[in-house]
Amino acid sequence: MYAYILRRILATIPVMLIVAFIVFSLLYLTPGDPAAVIAGEHATAEDIARIRANLGLNDPFLLRFGTWIASIMQFDLGTSLLTNMPVSQMIGQRIEPTLSLMLPTLILAVCIAVPLGVIAAWRAGTKVDHFITVFAVLGFSVPVFVVGYALVWSFSLKLGWLPVQGYAPIGQGVSRWFQHLVLPCLTLSSAYIALITRITRTAVLEVLQQDYIRTAEAKGVGRHAILFVHALKNASVPIITVIGIGVALLIGGAVVTESVFAIPGLGRLTMESILRRDYPVIQAIVLLFSISYVLVNLLIDIAYTFVDPRIRY
Amino acid sequence: MSAIDTSASGFLKETTRYPTVIAGAILLGIILLIAFLTPLLSNTDPSYIDAARRAQSASASHWFGTDMLGRDLYTRVLYGAQVSLIVGFAVAVLSTIGGLAIGLMSGFVKAIDAVVMRFMDGLMSIPAILLAVALMSISKGSVTNVIIAITIAEIPRTARLVRGTVLSLREQPYVEAAVAGGTRLPTIIFKHILPNTLAPLIVQATYVCASAMISESILSFIGAGVPPVIPSWGNIMAEGRALWLVKPFIIFYPAVFLSITVLAINLLGDGLRDMLDPRNAQRTTSR
Repeated sequence: MYAYILRRILATIPVMLIVAFIVFSLLYLTPGDPAAVIAGEHATAEDIARIRANLGLNDPFLLRFGTWIASIMQFDLGTSLLTNMPVSQMIGQRIEPTLSLMLPTLILAVCIAVPLGVIAAWRAGTKVDHFITVFAVLGFSVPVFVVGYALVWSFSLKLGWLPVQGYAPIGQGVSRWFQHLVLPCLTLSSAYIALITRITRTAVLEVLQQDYIRTAEAKGVGRHAILFVHALKNASVPIITVIGIGVALLIGGAVVTESVFAIPGLGRLTMESILRRDYPVIQAIVLLFSISYVLVNLLIDIAYTFVDPRIRY
Repeated sequence: MSAIDTSASGFLKETTRYPTVIAGAILLGIILLIAFLTPLLSNTDPSYIDAARRAQSASASHWFGTDMLGRDLYTRVLYGAQVSLIVGFAVAVLSTIGGLAIGLMSGFVKAIDAVVMRFMDGLMSIPAILLAVALMSISKGSVTNVIIAITIAEIPRTARLVRGTVLSLREQPYVEAAVAGGTRLPTIIFKHILPNTLAPLIVQATYVCASAMISESILSFIGAGVPPVIPSWGNIMAEGRALWLVKPFIIFYPAVFLSITVLAINLLGDGLRDMLDPRNAQRTTSR
């Protein structure tokens, strides 16, 4: 088992390098002079030259890639075009709100979605199943910011239960932090819940048709034990896979959720950087999120060996 | 292998057994009609600014009210349907063609497979919306560039799907028989493999279409999408954000239209998936 885990960890390194290479070469993929696009319509030749120098567009491609990778290894993500601050420092200031948003969302979504999917599979074809399925299709179709505005409109504006927007750092009191995060977490989790519910339903439904489930029923194992021990355990590989893949949804959704709720996190920083055309910051955020995504999926791969001892590649 | 009646009348009869296909198709038909008939449904210019009537609620002359510059919201939301549908369909078609080409190649040529699929793995590790954001931040905002950016982000998934299908089809006895019989590679690809990848591809294309529409609205909403002069649903919502606490309706109308359109396409995709699944066909015919 440890050999498998070690091999998975080693296999992640080339993937990360490829990701870094793609993120780096995006700048060279676009037609025309990216420095001129970033500088905008009213830029002087000096502005463009400064941006070219900052992005390293004057150097040969491979040399630039090499130095870029080397500096990333030392946590140097470049300097902002606008504030001249180190990008790593800008990201460091914004990381807490994003983590406060994403981690509870992930836990909340899994705790809601997996039981929903199991119930839908157990009650397949009944009203309960149809209701859950419709809910899942809706959750997948209604864009994140629409969910956000709908929640704010009903719970903050009409009922006045929760703050409309903003963020309170966890250091300033847990209850204020919690109040500010309830709606953003619910918003962000909507599509994720829908995704996990769907896959859980399909996976559990397939397992429930297996012979060993009939055997378990025949020997008198209780409903709950069959559903949550026999069925869920054997259906867990596709479920945890989709939990990992769905993190991409969370990352994309965080950008939008943070801008709807004015949460000063990495998503908000992305949006501000787009408006200011601050490419080094965008590049660093894309790289950071992508590497985290690769790492999450590495953890998922390792988790397979715990839920399914048959997996040995 | 499959019990699906492939004639046109058989297809229609088959469709009636899947209510989600019908519901999705009707909803999508309505949105398509709105997009095609926009000039008939409203004779107002979507960018005409009536400074005296800013951010007004719905009235007889402005059915959905006006936005913060006094433009007619009803007209703008109708025009927004065109942008969403163009982006959705263009991305679905382009990423299907691109994914099909890449998937077929890497499914058949081992040398290409190793390199291309590692690259696709890398692309898939970058969350799609962030990849599109990064691409848009270094290109000029235009509908074409939005389509290209979202297509690049969507291609890897389609390519993987095609490759997986090709790899499993290649092992099928009828393909082996064709190879043994000396059939040329292009004939094998286009006559024996391609038709069998179509069903999953069509289903995938509907999901790509729906997700492209959401991506477009997100890109426009955060200012990395189509230029603000074009009335897309994402842009209308982005503009409505400043006034949204007092005038929530500016965001409400495009939001509802966008959600209904995406829902319609997802319903269609879900229904088609069940309909085109040969296992389901057998199950229902043997009943």
